[in-house]
Amino acid sequence: MTTLDLSASPAPPHALLRRIVLKAEPYLYCFPALFLIAAIMLVPLIVGLSYAFRDLVLLDPASGDYIGLTHFGEIWADANFWNALQNTAIWTIVCVALQFGLGLTLALLLNQPFRGRGLIQALVFLPWAVPSFLSGLNWAWMFNPVIGPLPYVFQALGLMQTPDNILSSPDHAIWGPIIAMVWWGIPFFAITLLAALQSIPKDIYEAAAIDGAGAVERFRSITLPFLAPTMAITVLLRTVWIANSADLIVVMTHGGPADSTQILASYIFTQAFQRLDFGYASALAAVMLVLLLAYAMALVAVRQTLLARH
Amino acid sequence: MRNPGYWIFHYGLLALFVVFALFPLFWLFKVSITPNDLLYSEGVRIWPSRMSFDHYGAVLRHSDFPLFFRNSVIVSTLTAFFSTIFAAAGGYAFSRFTFGGKLWIVGLLLVTQMFPLVMIVAPIFRLLAPLGLTNSLTGLVIVYTAFNVPFAVFLMQSFFDGIPKELEEAAMMDGASRFQALLQIIFPLTLPGIAATLGFVFTAAWSELLFALMLNSSTAASTFPVGLLAFVSKFSVDFGQMMAAGVLALIPVCVFFFFIQRYLVQGLTAGAVKG
Repeated sequence: MTTLDLSASPAPPHALLRRIVLKAEPYLYCFPALFLIAAIMLVPLIVGLSYAFRDLVLLDPASGDYIGLTHFGEIWADANFWNALQNTAIWTIVCVALQFGLGLTLALLLNQPFRGRGLIQALVFLPWAVPSFLSGLNWAWMFNPVIGPLPYVFQALGLMQTPDNILSSPDHAIWGPIIAMVWWGIPFFAITLLAALQSIPKDIYEAAAIDGAGAVERFRSITLPFLAPTMAITVLLRTVWIANSADLIVVMTHGGPADSTQILASYIFTQAFQRLDFGYASALAAVMLVLLLAYAMALVAVRQTLLARH
Repeated sequence: MRNPGYWIFHYGLLALFVVFALFPLFWLFKVSITPNDLLYSEGVRIWPSRMSFDHYGAVLRHSDFPLFFRNSVIVSTLTAFFSTIFAAAGGYAFSRFTFGGKLWIVGLLLVTQMFPLVMIVAPIFRLLAPLGLTNSLTGLVIVYTAFNVPFAVFLMQSFFDGIPKELEEAAMMDGASRFQALLQIIFPLTLPGIAATLGFVFTAAWSELLFALMLNSSTAASTFPVGLLAFVSKFSVDFGQMMAAGVLALIPVCVFFFFIQRYLVQGLTAGAVKG
């Protein structure tokens, strides 16, 4: 409507000015956010990427030269990198799958009216508010057979022969941080999926029930298609965040025992802050960025095809 | 509507979820009230034979924890405030306008979520140090606001998408400018969304460790996660005090989250997440 007023306006300089202001309006709204992101994230990202091509070791004045692709050649030959990449895949897939499955279950349970729903919802979402390193310390404590109850629980369930610390077993240590991560991340999935469930119009279910569709049939033909776009975007974001999050692993296992829990993010952290080799750390981070971008594009493509089908 | 068998299953499953969610928090609390001499001897008991609040007294009186706590409150509150304002403006533009470069901006926002933040610690340090923004709470607020704005923009956009365009169009017909319509008509309707975004960002800023550790080395400008880490790296780890400090630090963020989580669900329901 405003544009209509403008075309009718007889005074050209004034109209031109208003037109510029109107055109600029969305950019003005975006400006503070974009300026901050550009200054604090994108510029440092570009500087950080440039480190990948330099021999940059902190506190070593002899370093700093441009060395081209040398770091990437080193990564290719680095057995620790391939080990960390494999662990990253396991860590990310298992965490996302468990958080997704349990989050969806929880969302479905909370989507029905029942007594005490408000309170229960608030309680089960609480872990999200716990700082992740604090939950890491706490879980590490609970896994310790001297001071924590979990080894005895595992023994009672028949998962362990003797109450041992799962974090010191090279074969199973990764499950420690995974359990902590799943505990912390279920609420995020449950919140977004619950929101999506509640946006499904109720009358569709009623109509389907009248037509004689059973619960399983209704879930498959109504709930899943409605949830699919939300699922795709939530899984995308969580995958990236989980792949990038080193803190639980650094706090709980330091990547050990024998590098069995070292993921790329914690390996980068170690290279940067223990060996102070920022050049190599940046090259590793660049590889990771490329892998995650490729993954994101693949998932977005899947989402578009899903959307196009409905 | 459903048979009693289903409800047994329903409540049983929910009970498992509640136990899983709360047991670690219970254990944190249990360790914090166990006297030091019983910490190991009664380590695996569900409740110690004696309880004491000495750890809390020590943390509050003989450590820098109150200072760290104050710093965390300042940093998280300001970060939540600025992120939400900037994200509200950006989310509004995304929701109501089509403009050139919009898709590129969305792409850029997504890229900011893709890389390990470890990568930009050194560049950010070099950017902030000459400006006097390291060892400063202001520096942390700026960095945290930038980190949280991308997701907050998407969140706010989805809240705005849930509010019919016709509302402000009607107001604009009546002679209000778009900005007036935004403030007087749309803003009150977005309050749940604003509450949710505030809570989300506050929680994230409250928990951040890496940049708090790297940018601020002085005690005066440390936040509580850094302070908590100090308990670990001291010569002898005082677990009781550490857990007591942890419980104290959890209280505000848990209370906050307890009340805002339903707005998070409500607001996302209304909005664009459905596709």
